[in-house]
Amino acid sequence: MAAPVIHELVASVRESLRALGAYAIFAVRLARETPRALWRFGLVVEQVHNTGALSLVIIMLSGLFVGMVLGLQGFDLLERFGSEESLGSVAALGLLKELGPVITALLFAGRAGTALASELGLMRATDQLAAMEMMAVDPVRRVVMPRFLGGVISMPLLAAIFSLIGLFGAQLVGVQFMGVDSGQFWSQMRGAVELDDVMEGVLKSAVFGVACSLVAVYEGYHSVPTAEGVGRATTRTVVISSVSVLLIDYMLTAVML
Amino acid sequence: MRDLHYTAGRRAIFAGVELDIPRGSVTAVMGPSGSGKTTLLRLITGQLRAENGLVEFDGQDVSKLSRREIYRMRRRMGMLFQNGALLTDLDVYENIAFPLREHTRLPERLVRHVVLTKLQAVGLRGAARLMPSELSGGMGRRVALARAIVMDPELLIYDEPFVGLDPISLGVVLRLIRRLNDTLGLTSIVVSHDVREITAVADYCHLLSGGRIIASGAPAAVSGSSHEDVRQFMHGLPDGPVPFHYPAPEYAEQIRQVR
Repeated sequence: MAAPVIHELVASVRESLRALGAYAIFAVRLARETPRALWRFGLVVEQVHNTGALSLVIIMLSGLFVGMVLGLQGFDLLERFGSEESLGSVAALGLLKELGPVITALLFAGRAGTALASELGLMRATDQLAAMEMMAVDPVRRVVMPRFLGGVISMPLLAAIFSLIGLFGAQLVGVQFMGVDSGQFWSQMRGAVELDDVMEGVLKSAVFGVACSLVAVYEGYHSVPTAEGVGRATTRTVVISSVSVLLIDYMLTAVML
Repeated sequence: MRDLHYTAGRRAIFAGVELDIPRGSVTAVMGPSGSGKTTLLRLITGQLRAENGLVEFDGQDVSKLSRREIYRMRRRMGMLFQNGALLTDLDVYENIAFPLREHTRLPERLVRHVVLTKLQAVGLRGAARLMPSELSGGMGRRVALARAIVMDPELLIYDEPFVGLDPISLGVVLRLIRRLNDTLGLTSIVVSHDVREITAVADYCHLLSGGRIIASGAPAAVSGSSHEDVRQFMHGLPDGPVPFHYPAPEYAEQIRQVR
């Protein structure tokens, strides 16, 4: 009775390990190609535009609303303890250390990650990658690397913009709507936030950038060359990226606290 | 190719293929769908490696080449894919310039000259700034052909070049295959199952079936073959060695069954 279940479990574990190994090999390959890819920086800049600049609107809008919610919830909570003037430090630390990097990464996976995966998947399905191979052009070098690096560079920039706009949103709600003293808001924030807090956010967003971009280019590049295969690669990109971001976030937070 | 064997999964695709492609000729490789024509091309270009046997290109054993050597070999080849496989984010001009920009450091003036020359050869100089999505199927195929010859290859490979083309585009592509081969001194391999078209343009034909070459020679000789498999394919007979019906249980018995 139990034998098929165990077999299935063993097969599933083996498949997961195989996938993890394939990811690791691909990541090593990308790392080795990085110096050469940076040499053709124009291609990378093009991808910073595609993955970064084109994600700006969604990042800024989300940052504003998250900041506004943080302002409201923070004010409500802090008011109970009579310390609503701490709203600036709470919002800044929350955004810089957690919400900025994590929500940006989740949005990045949904917007830029899916775009990358489906683009590469379609290139595979329409033989564009095979055509490059036949032209003696390595598709990993020419197509995958610029997209990967574009994502890696974009993520910390997007997270910074997210946090900045979020802070504006929190200030808007806290100071303009709820009546927290503006001077208190900013001075509490300046007093509480240290360089380490900023660096924690930068480090997290950089790691998330590598993780999300790796997942997107891996899934797209290795997608099955059919409409269904491309769709599945896109879905897997969002799922794997999101879970990875949350898992890595916990691990990094535990290490850095 | 000598005694070539290749298996995909559990299915034997080739079991002892023997094939010669004479230099300077247009050689057709024909065969029913699923007979392994495209796989054969992938073996020639080093995208796949043979399990047994020899695939030789200009004296080099393709299956023994390193990745770098395969890339070097491919720079002497051009390939036209079934759907053109143009890079969709680049316009026609940039698609054709792509191999030049990747492999050479030619000044822009020279790149322009080469690209326009190739576009003129396929009759699409006026379409240089169109995007691939703005091209008809036939135009896309011709642009891909211009890109395939931009590095002046010695071997030009066509994978099902006639699929989905209207009669005019088909005529254009047929004429281009012959003209480019003769004027540029190329060797061409055309993989197709369009018998009428391909026999009109090829110098030699090879018919692939059941993992082997079952007929070789001049198109007229292959067409006139009395071999049953060859006759069925060349004359498009609906029934023969390749049966009309996919293997199934007895018809009447299956109909009588409730479920």
